[in-house]
Amino acid sequence: MSDYEIVIGLEIHAELSTESKIFCSCTTQFGGEVNTHCCPVCLGMPGTLPVLNEKVVLYAAKAGLAMNCNIAEYSKQDRKNYFYPDLPKAYQISQFDLPLCSGGYIDIKPGEDTKRIGITRIHIEEDAGKLLHDEWESGSLIDYNRCGVPLIEIVSEPDMRSAEEARLFVESVKAILEYTGVSDCKMQEGSLRADVNLSVRKKGQKEFGTRTEMKNLNSIRSIVRAINAEAERQIEEIEDGGKIVQETRRWDDDKGISYAMRSKEEAHDYRYFPDPDLVPVMLTSEEIQNIKDTLPELPDKRKRMYVKEFGLPEQDAGLITASKHLADFFEEVLKYTKNIKAVSNFILGDLLKCLKEGDLEARDIPFPAQYLGEVVSMVDDGKISNTIAKKVISIMFETKKDPLTIVKEQGLEVVNDESALLETVKKIITSNPQSVADFKNGKDKAFGFLVGQAMKETRGKANPQILNRLLKETLEKL
Amino acid sequence: MKVTVETIKHVAKLSRLDLSEEEILKFAKDMESIVEYVDKLNELDTTDVEPTAHVVPVKNVQRKDEVNPSFERGSILLNAPMEKDGCFKVPRIVE
Amino acid sequence: MALYELTIKQLSDLLKNKKASSVEITKEYLERIKKLNPELGCYISVCEDTALEEAAKCQALIDREEDISPLMGIPVAMKDNICTRNIKTTCASKMLHNFIPPYDATVSGKLKDAGTVLLGKLNMDEFAMGSTNETSFFHKVKNPWDFERVPGGSSGGSAAAVSADLSPFSMGSDTGGSIRLPAAFCGVTGMKPTYGTVSRYGLVAFASSLDQIGPISKDVEDLALVLNVITGHDPRDATSLNIEYPDYTKALVNDIKGMKIGVPKEYIGEGISPEVRKSVLEALNILVSLGAEWEECSLPVTEYAIPAYYLISSAEASSNLARFDGVKYGYRAEKFSDLMELYCRTRSEGFGDEVKRRIMLGTYALSSGYYDAYYKKALQVRTIIKKEFDRTFDKYDLIIGPTAPTTAYKFGEKSDNPLEMYLGDIYTVSVNIAGLPGLVVPCGLDQKRLPIGLQLIGKALDEPTLLRVAYAFQQNSEFHKLKPGL
Repeated sequence: MSDYEIVIGLEIHAELSTESKIFCSCTTQFGGEVNTHCCPVCLGMPGTLPVLNEKVVLYAAKAGLAMNCNIAEYSKQDRKNYFYPDLPKAYQISQFDLPLCSGGYIDIKPGEDTKRIGITRIHIEEDAGKLLHDEWESGSLIDYNRCGVPLIEIVSEPDMRSAEEARLFVESVKAILEYTGVSDCKMQEGSLRADVNLSVRKKGQKEFGTRTEMKNLNSIRSIVRAINAEAERQIEEIEDGGKIVQETRRWDDDKGISYAMRSKEEAHDYRYFPDPDLVPVMLTSEEIQNIKDTLPELPDKRKRMYVKEFGLPEQDAGLITASKHLADFFEEVLKYTKNIKAVSNFILGDLLKCLKEGDLEARDIPFPAQYLGEVVSMVDDGKISNTIAKKVISIMFETKKDPLTIVKEQGLEVVNDESALLETVKKIITSNPQSVADFKNGKDKAFGFLVGQAMKETRGKANPQILNRLLKETLEKL
Repeated sequence: MKVTVETIKHVAKLSRLDLSEEEILKFAKDMESIVEYVDKLNELDTTDVEPTAHVVPVKNVQRKDEVNPSFERGSILLNAPMEKDGCFKVPRIVE
Repeated sequence: MALYELTIKQLSDLLKNKKASSVEITKEYLERIKKLNPELGCYISVCEDTALEEAAKCQALIDREEDISPLMGIPVAMKDNICTRNIKTTCASKMLHNFIPPYDATVSGKLKDAGTVLLGKLNMDEFAMGSTNETSFFHKVKNPWDFERVPGGSSGGSAAAVSADLSPFSMGSDTGGSIRLPAAFCGVTGMKPTYGTVSRYGLVAFASSLDQIGPISKDVEDLALVLNVITGHDPRDATSLNIEYPDYTKALVNDIKGMKIGVPKEYIGEGISPEVRKSVLEALNILVSLGAEWEECSLPVTEYAIPAYYLISSAEASSNLARFDGVKYGYRAEKFSDLMELYCRTRSEGFGDEVKRRIMLGTYALSSGYYDAYYKKALQVRTIIKKEFDRTFDKYDLIIGPTAPTTAYKFGEKSDNPLEMYLGDIYTVSVNIAGLPGLVVPCGLDQKRLPIGLQLIGKALDEPTLLRVAYAFQQNSEFHKLKPGL
């Protein structure tokens, strides 16, 4: 396995967060009853014509500039012709040879060193409708609400060499798109999807191997799993003496395997030509500079600020600034407490864990930043223990109540009462004679065990310092 | 330039048209004479000539990002050959 | 004169002076349609009920107003590729035989707002592809001057209807001569305006960079009145020109002294019938007698316009017609077992031969390996054609020539050889390629009493010059008053 090098290129499709669709004024809102966000234009009815949404150009240029691309002063839109039921006009309006943005890069940090991932191009295009397959139905159903929602397609150079690098790249793209306000990147709503192009070659080999494509992966997890599985499959195939077929494969995340898609006899001949219904998009260098000047602070810069100003370790700073919402939340919490380290720890440890468990993203944190500030303050004031704080955060996620109320209602305050704690200590010592003996015999580990048991007994509410002292004293007396 | 039966079949597939054997032969003949006529264009020297995709000297025609009400679903589905549950229906798509 | 013989201007005067009502006028037209349409085949749909309703509404407005706008209460008929809300719009194709658009074309809306009364939708070549109106799915249209002959196409129904007094004016569309050719063959006045001056929103697209909607009428004055209503910037059409549009009636001045006319020698040389040439030269004499001058000029790229036109139009058409797939609207095949069959059967059954031919050619021209040599090359030739016209207009105010090499031919005479039919477009297509305005006026009859049309071609946006010359011509001749006598 380690004789081989994996070569990965990604094509990321991101829905732009404009109010209206790219070529008509229907809403881009997610959800809604099927076929209620449509009009004759996005439905491709006969005689209808597209008119470009100016925000699409602005947002695409912003994204391009934030990824260090050159913005074309002259670009045009082309028709990509193919038949599929989710494509009403039987062509997608996209950009072929003169994309709006080209020749950019994003830097990632897979380890100690920075690695530059090239961005070949970013172009604008329209999204297609959605096919709904019913288990029982003999047919497929089409909902065109999504048809005409503006997309940018970000094409990377085949510069990634591992699933981890791909993950970092996608996270970086997400962060940049969020920070520039260009896309909400809600992967579970499909507003960010990735196609993975992957090939393998023997280390040292100059030519690329044959690559396969997996389309429309809509979570970081599936991207990582798909990459690892496909690399393994290809290597196995080669080792077995087989050949890799250039094909599109469908990744089934539930099953964890990919399937070759039913082969389409003709390789796609999209017959691109400039769309005669649309006119060229031209930007002057002044306009491009203006857009550049209005770019907000980007994730990288914010990360560096966190390291410098807040003294956070680079990795932690990177994790927090990966999501604009999380970084905003973090900074908001700092309005309520000065304990930066504690906030950072709670966010990276507990907050992210709760989000993951609930399959949520940072924008979905169900309580105001102030609450987390209060939790930190309570720990600092000795009102609750660190352990309890973690529990409180978890309960805040569930109930959305404020921490003071939670602590009160559930009686989670730190127990400082020495006599009560002494009772607990005595109880633990009595019920764990073996551990006591071990400790007496020099096994320091047993002390930790006994502390743990005592903490458990008090359901985490014991004041750790007092507990420790009492246990030590009591044990010494034995 | 010869327009072969293979070419006609390929183009028909791309165009999603079913042609009978007879039609294929007829099209091959039609297209060939037209294609030869079209080869005439090569008599003109077009080196350094920019292609004109648009006769209108217009650029940057764009609209404001404003939402207007969509059409009622009824009128969207008015001409649907087959519909179910508010959607357009087609044969099962196997990927 | 019967009401149905009058021009828009004459009808409007009657309405203004309360000498006739919109309902009366509409009724007369509807009766005449009932009488003659079964033979002529001009109409695909006749909107009897709605027309009388609309006429009544218009009349109520007329009764209230002191001064009425020029088209108020005037009936109109529209080529059946222009979308009319809630009224079947078929493009004379099986593919759309049951299509009811839930929206109006911009032009339909403008004509409605101007107070016109829609008589019905007019027959045409299927999807506007053809020049004889023989490819309609429904039935062919007969030339009112000789029922055995074609009316020209693709706006055959539009031209024949005006010629036979089945509508005071009509709307057609022109991609390679589809208004001008039938206007010439049917002895009526017609115009393809400068590309971008009339919105294409709601015109079922054939070749997007060439299509324009235009009027067909009984004389130039009527033409100007209609242009005033239909031209204008449309934010729904990105190729629509956002400029100041003039009052076209101001161009109707009977004075063309000093006008310089160019007549391309390629237009009156080989291939043109002697009678047509004679008519054109006589028409030029009339213009000279009014103070204009003409001389021969040269447009050597003329012969390359047809291949360029067929490549560009077919390529764009192949893409524009791909949306007809049986999924969202229109015809759907009855028997199919999977998606591929749905597509192939629907399209093979829904489209006629000529449409299929153009789709095939267009797909071929765009397919990989051929794009540069065919489509791109055609776009380069387009640049050369445009430049050649520009150079010519440096010297001349307008270009004049015949509209077609012959007069109307018999049904079936040309349709076996598609190439011959294509050649008939030679004077008209380059005008679409260059996006220029083209106006056709009747200039005589041949020995078989078939109309001949004179074509005037102008600089981009120079409709006023064309209108002026055409107006002067019609003020000093009677050709446009000749009728088939039905």
